[in-house]
Amino acid sequence: MKAMNYRGPFRVRVEEKPMPQILHPEDAIVQVTRACICGSDLHLYHGMVPDTRIGSTFGHEFIGIVREVGPGITKLKVGDKVLVPFNIACGRCHFCKQGLFANCHESNAMATAVGGIFGYSHIAGGFDGGQAEFVRVPYADVGPTVIPADMDDEDALLLTDVLPTGYQAAEMGGIKVGDTVVVFGAGPVGIMAARCAWLFGATRVIVIDHLEYRLEFVRQYAACEAYNFRSMDDPVLFIKRITDWLGADVCIDAVGSDACGNAMQTITGKKLLLQAGAATALHWAVNAVKKGGIVSVVGVYGPTDNLVPIGNVVNKGITIRANQTSVKRLLPKLMEHVKNGVLSPKDIITHRFALEDVAEAYQMFSAKLDECIKPVLIPSTVN
Amino acid sequence: MENENLKEQFKHIPGWGIDVDWENNPVYPMKDIEEDDKSASWDRPAQQITSKEVQRSNERPKLPAVFGDTLPPAGLSGQLRRYAFHYSESKYRHWLPLLLADRVNEVEGIVADIKSGVFPNIWKERGFDAHWKYDRQKLIKNLATVAAVSIGVLILFRRK
Repeated sequence: MKAMNYRGPFRVRVEEKPMPQILHPEDAIVQVTRACICGSDLHLYHGMVPDTRIGSTFGHEFIGIVREVGPGITKLKVGDKVLVPFNIACGRCHFCKQGLFANCHESNAMATAVGGIFGYSHIAGGFDGGQAEFVRVPYADVGPTVIPADMDDEDALLLTDVLPTGYQAAEMGGIKVGDTVVVFGAGPVGIMAARCAWLFGATRVIVIDHLEYRLEFVRQYAACEAYNFRSMDDPVLFIKRITDWLGADVCIDAVGSDACGNAMQTITGKKLLLQAGAATALHWAVNAVKKGGIVSVVGVYGPTDNLVPIGNVVNKGITIRANQTSVKRLLPKLMEHVKNGVLSPKDIITHRFALEDVAEAYQMFSAKLDECIKPVLIPSTVN
Repeated sequence: MENENLKEQFKHIPGWGIDVDWENNPVYPMKDIEEDDKSASWDRPAQQITSKEVQRSNERPKLPAVFGDTLPPAGLSGQLRRYAFHYSESKYRHWLPLLLADRVNEVEGIVADIKSGVFPNIWKERGFDAHWKYDRQKLIKNLATVAAVSIGVLILFRRK
């Protein structure tokens, strides 16, 4: 089968790989029909995540058709069209029982901080991802969800990560009715976080980024204010000024380690790898939030250390909430929102590529070419 | 009444306030732990069997029931990865060797390609066709910068 193959920072290609096998009674083999490239895949692509091995296949946002099931599978059957949450979760461990499916303790041998994730380096379990024609899906009775007949495939595709992550970002913000919410980053997750903030009763939503085309998109898509930090001397001061000098009630970091906007963070975090990526967005979030406010972090950082103004976290009495998204916990509610027309995630898809063109797709997404917001890969085996 | 006013004010935003629990606002989910969920033991799934080398964090006593067994450690990068996994996720001695291993692994990948008769097509693997199509000027500038820095470094080393 054909699969994306990582060859080193900024280098990927499509190669033939052996077909995935059932390795556990609760496995299924899924034929991929659509797979996204996620903003967090770019952290891997840029070589910023430790233990990203040459030959890895990325891809944790995908849908497909069940082609084979292990003997322990009772809910799925061959031929089912499924969306597959990016978390690999057993559904019965200490953490899954609390709804923390992203923190499953039975799916990642190589680290304890995070559960298994498809195609996200060996620190997330060493599983191949869905940017391929076929993929092994462990615990197939737990995560994968049959796509309702009346749901658009590309809406379902964005329910595997992007929409739930944006929603959880807003949820973790503990938004109260009347709150002002600032979202750092107008990438796919930031766009969704801004859109979802309204669902929790925010009365002002502000997005900060540096790409004009994304700012314009989020203004339209999420009906929010959007500002370019390149046009201001100091984004924190700007936010203070437009929030009666108190700061925002909630700040959301939807950027993570690939942030730009601060030369020292960029050099030490992205060029020299002396910290786990550039923590510019988190830095701004901590400093721009109101005293006693909440900072919600869904941007992905590496596992080592980052320069963050922890003194201000203490002095301002800030609560920081963060996690990988527990997609399964949020799916029932979000599927309803999509079916009822409240949310339309597929509208953020801007580019579709054949799987064979994966290198160009990564380059376009990474370099923000042709106003790319969300690229989708389509294997040639799909009719 | 104030809530009704807000709903009216934001009626142009589909779903405004749809997930507000008006009696229990904010609605950040609290931990939902049943008494029997506090146990550190649970009904474990069947154990996956493998003949491949799978590295295990030393912060867990045994392998999880399911794990990825792709790309077992091999070569010099594999030795570095084996060394790293002697240390916990709290140690630089865990992460820095893994970062180094990734860079070594990149060279190993190029050597393996050449050995198998495939010379890596860097232009294609980096997707430069897309860059050439959509932002030729920036691509030329980037390549020129890389070339200039490389030549500068070479000259510097030759002088020494």
